[in-house]
Amino acid sequence: MANTLKLEIVTPDATVYSEDVEMVTLEGVEGEMGIYPQHVRLMTQLMPGEMVAQKGGHDDFLAVGEGLVEITNDRVAILTDMAVRAENIDEAKAEEARQRAAARLQEQLSSQDLASVNASLARSLAQLSVKRRHRRP
Amino acid sequence: MHSIRDLRRRIRSVSSTAQITKAMQMVAASKMRKAQQSALAGRPFAYLLYRIQREATTRLGEFSHPLLEKRDVRKRAVILIAADKGLCGALNGNVFRVASRFDLQSTVFITAGRKAAQFVARTGRQLAAKFEYADSPRFSDSAAIAACARDLFLRKEVDQVQVVATRFVNTLTQDPIALDYLPVGAITELKIPGMESEEELKADEAESLFEPNPETVVAYLLSHYLNLYIHQALLDAKASEQSARMVSMKNATDSANHLIHDLSLEYNKQRQGNITKELLEIAGGQTE
Repeated sequence: MANTLKLEIVTPDATVYSEDVEMVTLEGVEGEMGIYPQHVRLMTQLMPGEMVAQKGGHDDFLAVGEGLVEITNDRVAILTDMAVRAENIDEAKAEEARQRAAARLQEQLSSQDLASVNASLARSLAQLSVKRRHRRP
Repeated sequence: MHSIRDLRRRIRSVSSTAQITKAMQMVAASKMRKAQQSALAGRPFAYLLYRIQREATTRLGEFSHPLLEKRDVRKRAVILIAADKGLCGALNGNVFRVASRFDLQSTVFITAGRKAAQFVARTGRQLAAKFEYADSPRFSDSAAIAACARDLFLRKEVDQVQVVATRFVNTLTQDPIALDYLPVGAITELKIPGMESEEELKADEAESLFEPNPETVVAYLLSHYLNLYIHQALLDAKASEQSARMVSMKNATDSANHLIHDLSLEYNKQRQGNITKELLEIAGGQTE
Protein backbone atom coordinates (compact mmCIF):
# COMPACT_ATOMS: atom_id res chain seq x y z
CA MET A 1 0.00 0.00 0.00
CA ALA A 2 1.36 3.29 -1.03
CA ASN A 3 2.06 5.74 1.70
CA THR A 4 2.95 8.65 -0.48
CA LEU A 5 0.97 10.88 -2.77
CA LYS A 6 2.11 12.05 -6.15
CA LEU A 7 1.66 15.80 -6.04
CA GLU A 8 1.54 17.56 -9.36
CA ILE A 9 1.11 21.30 -9.64
CA VAL A 10 0.77 22.60 -13.18
CA THR A 11 0.28 26.17 -14.37
CA PRO A 12 -0.25 27.31 -17.96
CA ASP A 13 3.45 28.16 -18.19
CA ALA A 14 5.12 25.18 -16.55
CA THR A 15 4.95 22.18 -14.29
CA VAL A 16 5.90 23.77 -11.00
CA TYR A 17 5.95 20.76 -8.74
CA SER A 18 5.97 17.04 -9.39
CA GLU A 19 7.10 14.93 -6.45
CA ASP A 20 6.03 12.19 -4.08
CA VAL A 21 4.92 13.73 -0.80
CA GLU A 22 3.46 12.46 2.47
CA MET A 23 0.80 15.06 3.01
CA VAL A 24 -0.70 18.04 1.28
CA THR A 25 -2.50 20.93 2.95
CA LEU A 26 -4.44 23.30 0.77
CA GLU A 27 -7.24 25.83 0.75
CA GLY A 28 -10.39 24.42 -0.85
CA VAL A 29 -13.72 26.21 -1.35
CA GLU A 30 -15.03 24.73 1.88
CA GLY A 31 -12.00 25.58 3.97
CA GLU A 32 -8.57 24.21 4.55
CA MET A 33 -8.07 20.53 3.96
CA GLY A 34 -5.27 18.13 4.75
CA ILE A 35 -4.84 15.25 2.35
CA TYR A 36 -3.14 11.99 3.24
CA PRO A 37 -2.62 8.98 0.96
CA GLN A 38 -5.68 6.76 0.43
CA HIS A 39 -7.94 9.77 0.30
CA VAL A 40 -11.34 9.25 -1.25
CA ARG A 41 -11.69 10.43 -4.84
CA LEU A 42 -12.55 14.10 -4.67
CA MET A 43 -12.67 17.08 -6.94
CA THR A 44 -12.83 20.63 -5.71
CA GLN A 45 -11.91 24.19 -6.45
CA LEU A 46 -8.69 25.64 -5.12
CA MET A 47 -8.77 29.03 -3.45
CA PRO A 48 -5.89 31.49 -3.75
CA GLY A 49 -3.62 31.24 -0.76
CA GLU A 50 -1.00 29.09 0.80
CA MET A 51 -0.45 25.39 0.38
CA VAL A 52 1.96 23.05 2.09
CA ALA A 53 3.54 19.84 0.85
CA GLN A 54 5.11 17.67 3.53
CA LYS A 55 8.00 15.68 2.22
CA GLY A 56 10.63 13.68 4.11
CA GLY A 57 10.09 15.58 7.35
CA HIS A 58 10.23 19.10 5.97
CA ASP A 59 7.54 21.33 4.55
CA ASP A 60 7.49 22.99 1.15
CA PHE A 61 5.37 26.12 1.15
CA LEU A 62 3.82 27.47 -2.01
CA ALA A 63 1.64 30.40 -2.92
CA VAL A 64 -1.10 29.37 -5.35
CA GLY A 65 -3.82 31.08 -7.32
CA GLU A 66 -7.31 29.76 -7.95
CA GLY A 67 -7.77 26.51 -9.78
CA LEU A 68 -8.90 22.91 -9.65
CA VAL A 69 -7.82 20.04 -7.45
CA GLU A 70 -8.24 16.40 -8.34
CA ILE A 71 -7.59 13.93 -5.54
CA THR A 72 -7.39 10.16 -5.92
CA ASN A 73 -6.00 7.60 -3.51
CA ASP A 74 -2.41 8.06 -4.67
CA ARG A 75 -2.40 11.35 -6.52
CA VAL A 76 -3.13 15.03 -6.04
CA ALA A 77 -3.26 17.01 -9.25
CA ILE A 78 -3.55 20.77 -9.02
CA LEU A 79 -4.28 23.02 -11.96
CA THR A 80 -3.88 26.66 -11.12
CA ASP A 81 -3.10 29.95 -12.79
CA MET A 82 -0.14 30.55 -10.48
CA ALA A 83 2.12 28.54 -8.19
CA VAL A 84 5.31 29.90 -6.65
CA ARG A 85 7.50 28.32 -3.99
CA ALA A 86 7.83 30.50 -0.92
CA GLU A 87 11.58 30.89 -1.37
CA ASN A 88 11.08 32.12 -4.95
CA ILE A 89 8.57 34.83 -4.18
CA ASP A 90 9.75 38.30 -5.06
CA GLU A 91 8.10 40.45 -2.44
CA ALA A 92 8.72 43.77 -4.18
CA LYS A 93 7.26 42.47 -7.41
CA ALA A 94 4.21 41.01 -5.70
CA GLU A 95 3.62 44.24 -3.81
CA GLU A 96 3.88 46.19 -7.05
CA ALA A 97 1.40 43.83 -8.73
CA ARG A 98 -0.97 44.20 -5.79
CA GLN A 99 -0.88 47.99 -6.02
CA ARG A 100 -1.37 47.91 -9.76
CA ALA A 101 -4.39 45.64 -9.41
CA ALA A 102 -5.81 47.71 -6.56
CA ALA A 103 -5.44 50.87 -8.65
CA ARG A 104 -7.22 49.30 -11.60
CA LEU A 105 -10.12 48.32 -9.38
CA GLN A 106 -10.90 52.03 -9.02
CA GLU A 107 -11.54 52.35 -12.76
CA GLN A 108 -14.66 51.42 -14.64
CA LEU A 109 -14.10 47.85 -15.80
CA SER A 110 -16.01 45.40 -17.94
CA SER A 111 -17.02 42.26 -16.11
CA GLN A 112 -14.34 40.27 -17.92
CA ASP A 113 -11.60 42.75 -17.00
CA LEU A 114 -12.90 42.89 -13.48
CA ALA A 115 -12.56 39.14 -13.11
CA SER A 116 -9.01 39.16 -14.37
CA VAL A 117 -8.03 42.11 -12.14
CA ASN A 118 -9.58 40.40 -9.14
CA ALA A 119 -7.71 37.21 -9.95
CA SER A 120 -4.40 39.00 -10.21
CA LEU A 121 -5.09 40.83 -6.96
CA ALA A 122 -5.78 37.50 -5.27
CA ARG A 123 -2.57 36.07 -6.71
CA SER A 124 -0.39 38.88 -5.43
CA LEU A 125 -2.07 38.82 -2.02
CA ALA A 126 -1.45 35.08 -1.79
CA GLN A 127 2.22 35.57 -2.57
CA LEU A 128 2.58 38.38 -0.06
CA SER A 129 0.91 36.52 2.77
CA VAL A 130 3.01 33.42 2.21
CA LYS A 131 6.18 35.46 2.00
CA ARG A 132 5.46 37.48 5.11
CA ARG A 133 4.60 34.44 7.16
CA HIS A 134 7.83 32.70 6.27
CA ARG A 135 10.20 35.58 6.57
CA ARG A 136 13.38 34.52 8.29
CA PRO A 137 13.15 35.30 12.00
CA MET B 1 19.84 30.93 -75.48
CA HIS B 2 19.73 34.02 -73.26
CA SER B 3 21.74 37.06 -74.08
CA ILE B 4 24.28 38.29 -71.58
CA ARG B 5 22.07 41.26 -70.71
CA ASP B 6 19.10 38.99 -69.95
CA LEU B 7 21.24 36.84 -67.73
CA ARG B 8 22.51 39.81 -65.78
CA ARG B 9 18.98 41.09 -65.28
CA ARG B 10 17.75 37.71 -64.08
CA ILE B 11 20.61 37.32 -61.63
CA ARG B 12 19.80 40.70 -60.17
CA SER B 13 16.09 39.95 -59.78
CA VAL B 14 16.66 36.50 -58.30
CA SER B 15 19.14 37.80 -55.78
CA SER B 16 16.77 40.51 -54.59
CA THR B 17 14.09 37.83 -54.17
CA ALA B 18 16.58 35.76 -52.21
CA GLN B 19 17.24 38.75 -49.98
CA ILE B 20 13.56 39.11 -49.19
CA THR B 21 12.99 35.42 -48.50
CA LYS B 22 16.11 35.37 -46.34
CA ALA B 23 14.74 38.25 -44.29
CA MET B 24 11.38 36.52 -43.92
CA GLN B 25 13.15 33.34 -42.91
CA MET B 26 15.01 35.17 -40.15
CA VAL B 27 11.84 36.82 -38.87
CA ALA B 28 9.94 33.53 -38.91
CA ALA B 29 12.83 31.76 -37.19
CA SER B 30 12.80 34.12 -34.23
CA LYS B 31 9.00 34.09 -33.96
CA MET B 32 9.07 30.33 -34.37
CA ARG B 33 11.26 29.78 -31.34
CA LYS B 34 8.90 31.77 -29.16
CA ALA B 35 5.77 30.18 -30.58
CA GLN B 36 7.17 26.67 -30.23
CA GLN B 37 8.16 27.32 -26.65
CA SER B 38 4.73 28.53 -25.67
CA ALA B 39 2.99 25.67 -27.50
CA LEU B 40 5.14 23.07 -25.76
CA ALA B 41 4.99 24.80 -22.38
CA GLY B 42 1.21 24.87 -22.52
CA ARG B 43 0.87 21.16 -23.12
CA PRO B 44 1.27 19.72 -19.61
CA PHE B 45 -1.49 22.02 -18.40
CA ALA B 46 -3.76 21.11 -21.29
CA TYR B 47 -3.13 17.39 -20.82
CA LEU B 48 -3.79 17.52 -17.10
CA LEU B 49 -6.93 19.54 -17.65
CA TYR B 50 -8.09 16.98 -20.18
CA ARG B 51 -7.37 14.13 -17.76
CA ILE B 52 -9.32 15.86 -15.02
CA GLN B 53 -12.16 16.51 -17.47
CA ARG B 54 -12.31 12.79 -18.33
CA GLU B 55 -12.10 11.73 -14.70
CA ALA B 56 -14.75 14.19 -13.66
CA THR B 57 -17.22 13.61 -16.46
CA THR B 58 -17.08 9.81 -16.30
CA ARG B 59 -17.59 9.82 -12.52
CA LEU B 60 -20.45 12.24 -12.29
CA GLY B 61 -23.03 9.66 -11.27
CA GLU B 62 -26.58 10.91 -11.69
CA PHE B 63 -25.72 14.46 -12.50
CA SER B 64 -25.32 15.71 -16.05
CA HIS B 65 -24.47 19.02 -17.66
CA PRO B 66 -25.90 20.56 -20.86
CA LEU B 67 -22.42 20.77 -22.39
CA LEU B 68 -22.04 17.00 -22.06
CA GLU B 69 -25.29 16.17 -23.82
CA LYS B 70 -24.86 13.95 -26.89
CA ARG B 71 -27.47 14.65 -29.57
CA ASP B 72 -28.08 13.28 -33.04
CA VAL B 73 -25.97 15.36 -35.34
CA ARG B 74 -28.14 17.20 -37.81
CA LYS B 75 -26.08 20.32 -37.93
CA ARG B 76 -22.50 20.83 -36.88
CA ALA B 77 -20.12 23.73 -36.43
CA VAL B 78 -16.45 23.63 -37.27
CA ILE B 79 -13.92 25.92 -35.66
CA LEU B 80 -11.41 26.38 -38.44
CA ILE B 81 -8.02 27.66 -37.35
CA ALA B 82 -5.57 28.78 -40.01
CA ALA B 83 -2.94 31.45 -40.51
CA ASP B 84 -3.43 35.14 -41.24
CA LYS B 85 -0.97 35.09 -44.10
CA GLY B 86 0.25 32.72 -46.74
CA LEU B 87 3.85 31.96 -47.67
CA CYS B 88 3.97 29.05 -45.29
CA GLY B 89 4.07 26.10 -47.64
CA ALA B 90 1.21 23.63 -47.66
CA LEU B 91 0.09 24.51 -44.13
CA ASN B 92 -3.16 26.32 -44.92
CA GLY B 93 -3.95 24.04 -47.83
CA ASN B 94 -3.66 20.98 -45.62
CA VAL B 95 -6.07 22.39 -43.05
CA PHE B 96 -8.53 23.38 -45.76
CA ARG B 97 -8.39 19.90 -47.26
CA VAL B 98 -9.61 18.51 -43.93
CA ALA B 99 -12.21 21.28 -43.67
CA SER B 100 -13.58 20.62 -47.15
CA ARG B 101 -14.57 17.08 -46.15
CA PHE B 102 -17.45 18.49 -44.11
CA ASP B 103 -20.85 18.61 -45.71
CA LEU B 104 -21.60 21.96 -47.33
CA GLN B 105 -25.22 22.28 -46.19
CA SER B 106 -25.13 21.08 -42.62
CA THR B 107 -21.91 22.71 -41.47
CA VAL B 108 -21.34 26.24 -40.25
CA PHE B 109 -17.85 27.60 -39.77
CA ILE B 110 -16.31 29.65 -37.01
CA THR B 111 -12.99 30.85 -38.31
CA ALA B 112 -9.82 32.04 -36.64
CA GLY B 113 -7.25 33.68 -38.87
CA ARG B 114 -7.77 35.65 -42.06
CA LYS B 115 -6.98 32.80 -44.44
CA ALA B 116 -9.63 30.62 -42.83
CA ALA B 117 -12.32 33.26 -43.38
CA GLN B 118 -11.19 33.67 -46.99
CA PHE B 119 -11.40 29.94 -47.55
CA VAL B 120 -14.96 29.79 -46.22
CA ALA B 121 -16.03 32.75 -48.36
CA ARG B 122 -14.30 31.44 -51.50
CA THR B 123 -15.81 27.98 -51.32
CA GLY B 124 -19.30 29.27 -50.53
CA ARG B 125 -19.55 27.66 -47.10
CA GLN B 126 -21.60 29.08 -44.26
CA LEU B 127 -19.82 31.41 -41.89
CA ALA B 128 -21.13 31.81 -38.35
CA ALA B 129 -18.44 34.10 -36.98
CA LYS B 130 -14.88 35.05 -37.70
CA PHE B 131 -12.14 35.84 -35.25
CA GLU B 132 -8.54 36.95 -35.35
CA TYR B 133 -5.74 36.01 -33.05
CA ALA B 134 -2.47 37.70 -32.26
CA ASP B 135 1.03 36.40 -32.86
CA SER B 136 1.16 35.32 -29.25
CA PRO B 137 -2.48 34.28 -28.69
CA ARG B 138 -4.13 35.85 -25.64
CA PHE B 139 -6.65 34.21 -23.38
CA SER B 140 -9.24 36.77 -24.44
CA ASP B 141 -8.90 35.62 -28.07
CA SER B 142 -9.61 32.03 -27.20
CA ALA B 143 -12.34 32.89 -24.68
CA ALA B 144 -14.28 34.74 -27.40
CA ILE B 145 -14.10 31.80 -29.79
CA ALA B 146 -15.05 29.32 -27.08
CA ALA B 147 -18.00 31.47 -25.98
CA CYS B 148 -19.28 31.67 -29.55
CA ALA B 149 -19.12 27.89 -30.05
CA ARG B 150 -20.68 27.22 -26.66
CA ASP B 151 -23.60 29.54 -27.39
CA LEU B 152 -24.31 27.85 -30.71
CA PHE B 153 -24.28 24.48 -28.99
CA LEU B 154 -26.37 25.50 -25.99
CA ARG B 155 -28.97 27.23 -28.16
CA LYS B 156 -29.17 23.91 -30.06
CA GLU B 157 -28.34 25.58 -33.35
CA VAL B 158 -25.68 22.94 -33.78
CA ASP B 159 -25.46 19.48 -32.27
CA GLN B 160 -21.74 19.05 -32.47
CA VAL B 161 -18.66 21.27 -32.67
CA GLN B 162 -15.35 20.17 -34.06
CA VAL B 163 -12.01 21.90 -34.26
CA VAL B 164 -10.01 21.74 -37.47
CA ALA B 165 -6.50 23.01 -36.95
CA THR B 166 -2.84 22.21 -37.26
CA ARG B 167 -1.12 20.34 -34.51
CA PHE B 168 2.52 21.17 -34.02
CA VAL B 169 4.81 18.12 -33.97
CA ASN B 170 8.20 19.57 -34.75
CA THR B 171 9.77 22.17 -37.03
CA LEU B 172 9.42 19.93 -40.08
CA THR B 173 6.12 18.23 -39.28
CA GLN B 174 2.72 19.74 -38.61
CA ASP B 175 -0.40 17.62 -38.76
CA PRO B 176 -3.79 18.90 -39.87
CA ILE B 177 -6.39 17.41 -37.51
CA ALA B 178 -10.11 17.42 -36.84
CA LEU B 179 -10.96 17.00 -33.15
CA ASP B 180 -14.20 16.77 -31.21
CA TYR B 181 -14.89 19.85 -29.13
CA LEU B 182 -18.53 19.80 -28.07
CA PRO B 183 -20.27 17.93 -26.55
CA VAL B 184 -17.44 17.56 -24.08
CA GLY B 185 -16.17 13.99 -24.08
CA ALA B 186 -13.23 11.87 -25.07
CA ILE B 187 -10.90 13.11 -27.79
CA THR B 188 -10.23 9.80 -29.46
CA GLU B 189 -8.26 11.23 -32.38
CA LEU B 190 -5.43 12.36 -30.19
CA LYS B 191 -3.04 10.26 -28.16
CA ILE B 192 -2.41 12.09 -24.94
CA PRO B 193 0.57 10.93 -22.90
CA GLY B 194 0.01 9.93 -19.28
CA MET B 195 -3.67 9.33 -19.92
CA GLU B 196 -5.44 6.12 -19.00
CA SER B 197 -7.24 4.53 -21.92
CA GLU B 198 -11.00 5.01 -22.13
CA GLU B 199 -11.50 1.32 -21.22
CA GLU B 200 -9.50 1.69 -18.02
CA LEU B 201 -11.45 4.80 -17.21
CA LYS B 202 -14.76 3.01 -17.66
CA ALA B 203 -13.59 -0.08 -15.77
CA ASP B 204 -13.17 1.87 -12.55
CA GLU B 205 -16.71 2.81 -11.75
CA ALA B 206 -16.08 4.59 -8.49
CA GLU B 207 -17.90 7.89 -8.33
CA SER B 208 -16.09 10.95 -7.26
CA LEU B 209 -16.98 13.40 -4.52
CA PHE B 210 -17.33 17.01 -5.51
CA GLU B 211 -16.93 19.96 -3.24
CA PRO B 212 -19.02 22.04 -2.81
CA ASN B 213 -21.23 20.21 -5.37
CA PRO B 214 -20.96 18.69 -8.85
CA GLU B 215 -22.76 21.60 -10.54
CA THR B 216 -20.28 24.23 -9.39
CA VAL B 217 -17.15 22.18 -9.95
CA VAL B 218 -18.18 20.87 -13.36
CA ALA B 219 -19.31 24.28 -14.57
CA TYR B 220 -15.99 25.76 -13.47
CA LEU B 221 -14.04 22.87 -14.97
CA LEU B 222 -15.85 22.93 -18.30
CA SER B 223 -15.60 26.65 -18.85
CA HIS B 224 -11.86 26.50 -18.21
CA TYR B 225 -11.51 23.37 -20.28
CA LEU B 226 -13.27 24.82 -23.31
CA ASN B 227 -11.28 28.06 -23.19
CA LEU B 228 -7.98 26.32 -22.72
CA TYR B 229 -8.74 23.81 -25.46
CA ILE B 230 -9.01 26.64 -27.97
CA HIS B 231 -6.05 28.43 -26.47
CA GLN B 232 -3.82 25.40 -26.89
CA ALA B 233 -5.13 24.91 -30.44
CA LEU B 234 -4.21 28.53 -31.22
CA LEU B 235 -0.75 28.11 -29.69
CA ASP B 236 -0.20 24.98 -31.76
CA ALA B 237 -1.46 26.70 -34.90
CA LYS B 238 0.92 29.61 -34.36
CA ALA B 239 3.88 27.35 -33.71
CA SER B 240 3.04 25.35 -36.83
CA GLU B 241 2.58 28.45 -38.93
CA GLN B 242 5.89 30.01 -37.96
CA SER B 243 7.71 26.69 -38.39
CA ALA B 244 6.17 26.08 -41.80
CA ARG B 245 6.97 29.62 -42.87
CA MET B 246 10.54 29.35 -41.65
CA VAL B 247 11.05 26.08 -43.55
CA SER B 248 9.41 27.22 -46.76
CA MET B 249 11.31 30.51 -46.74
CA LYS B 250 14.52 28.61 -46.15
CA ASN B 251 13.73 26.41 -49.13
CA ALA B 252 12.96 29.47 -51.22
CA THR B 253 16.25 31.12 -50.23
CA ASP B 254 18.17 27.94 -50.95
CA SER B 255 16.68 27.46 -54.38
CA ALA B 256 17.18 31.13 -55.22
CA ASN B 257 20.84 30.80 -54.33
CA HIS B 258 21.03 27.66 -56.41
CA LEU B 259 19.51 29.50 -59.32
CA ILE B 260 21.92 32.40 -58.91
CA HIS B 261 24.78 29.93 -58.96
CA ASP B 262 23.58 28.33 -62.20
CA LEU B 263 22.88 31.66 -63.85
CA SER B 264 26.26 33.06 -62.85
CA LEU B 265 27.95 30.03 -64.35
CA GLU B 266 26.08 30.52 -67.60
CA TYR B 267 26.80 34.26 -67.53
CA ASN B 268 30.52 33.74 -66.98
CA LYS B 269 30.65 31.10 -69.68
CA GLN B 270 29.13 33.46 -72.19
CA ARG B 271 31.30 36.35 -71.09
CA GLN B 272 34.39 34.16 -71.42
CA GLY B 273 33.15 33.00 -74.80
CA ASN B 274 32.71 36.58 -75.98
CA ILE B 275 36.19 37.56 -74.86
CA THR B 276 37.71 34.56 -76.58
CA LYS B 277 35.79 35.37 -79.73
CA GLU B 278 36.98 38.98 -79.66
CA LEU B 279 40.57 37.93 -79.05
CA LEU B 280 40.38 35.51 -81.93
CA GLU B 281 39.01 38.24 -84.15
CA ILE B 282 41.83 40.61 -83.17
CA ALA B 283 44.43 37.88 -83.62
CA GLY B 284 42.88 36.94 -86.95
CA GLY B 285 42.99 40.57 -88.07
CA GLN B 286 46.69 40.87 -87.20
CA THR B 287 47.84 37.87 -89.15
CA GLU B 288 46.17 39.03 -92.32
